[in-house]
Amino acid sequence: MITKDAVATAPAAPAPPARTPRPGAPGKRRAWDEVPRSHIYLPLGCYLLFTLVPFYWILLFALRPAGSTALVPWPMTLDHFGKVWTERSFGTYFQNSVIIAVATLVMTTLVALAGGYALARFDFRIKRGFLLALLCSQFVPGALLLVPLFQIFAELRMINSLVSVVIAETVFQLPLSMILISGFIRNVPYSLEEAAWVDGCNRFDAFRIVVLPLLRPGLIAVGSFAFVHAWNHFLFALMFLSDQSKQTIPVGLNTLMSSDSVDLGALAAGGIVAAVPVVVVFAFIQKWLITGFSAGAVKG
Amino acid sequence: MAQAAAVAKPPAPPPRRRASATPRGLPYLLIAPAALLMLGFIAYPVISVFYYSLQNYNPTKPWRNGYAGLGNFTHAFTEDPQFWDTLTFSAKWVVVEVGLQLLFGLALALIVNQTFVGRAAARALVFSPWAVSGVLTSAIWVLLYNSQTGITRYLADAGIGAYGTSWLSDTSTVFPAAVVADLWRGVPFFAILILADLQSVSKDLYEAAEVDGAGRVRQFLHITLPHLKDAIVLSTLLRAVWEFNNVDLLYTLTGGGPAGETTTLPLYIANTSVDAHNFGYASALTTVAFVILLFCSIVYLRLSKFGGGDK
Repeated sequence: MITKDAVATAPAAPAPPARTPRPGAPGKRRAWDEVPRSHIYLPLGCYLLFTLVPFYWILLFALRPAGSTALVPWPMTLDHFGKVWTERSFGTYFQNSVIIAVATLVMTTLVALAGGYALARFDFRIKRGFLLALLCSQFVPGALLLVPLFQIFAELRMINSLVSVVIAETVFQLPLSMILISGFIRNVPYSLEEAAWVDGCNRFDAFRIVVLPLLRPGLIAVGSFAFVHAWNHFLFALMFLSDQSKQTIPVGLNTLMSSDSVDLGALAAGGIVAAVPVVVVFAFIQKWLITGFSAGAVKG
Repeated sequence: MAQAAAVAKPPAPPPRRRASATPRGLPYLLIAPAALLMLGFIAYPVISVFYYSLQNYNPTKPWRNGYAGLGNFTHAFTEDPQFWDTLTFSAKWVVVEVGLQLLFGLALALIVNQTFVGRAAARALVFSPWAVSGVLTSAIWVLLYNSQTGITRYLADAGIGAYGTSWLSDTSTVFPAAVVADLWRGVPFFAILILADLQSVSKDLYEAAEVDGAGRVRQFLHITLPHLKDAIVLSTLLRAVWEFNNVDLLYTLTGGGPAGETTTLPLYIANTSVDAHNFGYASALTTVAFVILLFCSIVYLRLSKFGGGDK
């Protein structure tokens, strides 16, 4: 993939990944092809139980009054949410987490799009070395670079600024995002772009009008990956943001967890606050995620 | 940051030239933002870690700072039992986690790839823990495992089992307990990637196999599994590195305890540098971790035939 000429080997199928036909779409299977229903529902049911009981447990603690031991959250109370949002400053944390996650998403996608396009469409001298660096950076543990990163951000006067966390999250998201995006771009035939040039578009317009719309599933997959990682990640925010008003939700959760007398209701409510945005985003993009990855992930 | 975003836009070629006559510098311009970010915030810190690994460096004990040669490394390999303990635990953790996640992820992907009533909802539900953070996973499972607030208490109330201690504070149960908690969040990752790859298996192959009288098991072994091979190789290796490096879950779930029982090498390194301020020694340990992971990355390059696979 490094040496090949993008023009010559552009895949023949122009279809965007979203249109990949679903295997086993209703009506396509014959009766003898059917897997017995019990082979589906039984293991699936067990696994669902394993997935959902933990969610139920935290919901239970978030919704039932303190001290209750009932297994259903009734009578229901929203006191824990009010408490965690104001007294435990989850309102502020939420705002910071949103800023960090959205900024990381935007930055990762833009930078990775530019780099991914270069990797997919050009042969240039340092390309092989650059790809190797991207790959090797996958093996660099962010957690182990905490101290040198701290020193750099201190030098740049960015400690206690959300910018430091955005940069750190972006940098560690970039390599994989760029490799994925270059795979997505390679799946779009170069001839489409060339046709647009003939029609008078410059390179940027051709990319924007012809290629970008076809990249939608892949970009949604990469962007949501960046968002979820930045929303969830804990160590960078813990290390680089010492001011309490700059903290993020995972750090807030950890503080709740490690206090001497854990307020279980507040902890559970905080957990729900942490989970809702990503789970909602996830439910929305889940379909895109699968088609997006099937287009580019494995082909690298 | 603003700078990086500004450069990220591919500049338009000069007017009245054919677009295909691209300025030679364009690819370099396009990778510049990514390259600069990675140079500044990955390469430079890595180099400084290498540098400090050869130093005695502890900001709280400045009188002992200075060149140490390979002293940090010999200390790790010959005098520090904790290094070996944490390295062994890391290996055990990665192998068990990745193996089980792959197994369950594969099974789950095969199931939700079938056609059945409620498939979309089932997919959304079983994949959802993927989006949950390590810290939140810890919070949930701390509640579940606790002897006062967890499942065992209700089971004991109903006459099943005994009122015990928390599984996380007992050295004999903490490992499986932590493994299950991480599985809960890790299985969907494999399931999603494998399901994505399953979308591209040609239907014709199965039909041909069906005609030849191959059963479902043989179809799986001879069609599905070979097709998934690349995806499995890639996702397991990526995941192995991720599981090795990630400290969020164990840091918050067990804190490496009880009695250091669940301390991985990265967790030990983080403690050494952040809490004990022994940054020189932590850098040496980091370098050792790099070398181990680099070895993995070579295996990874070989197995995935990266750079030559699709010629």
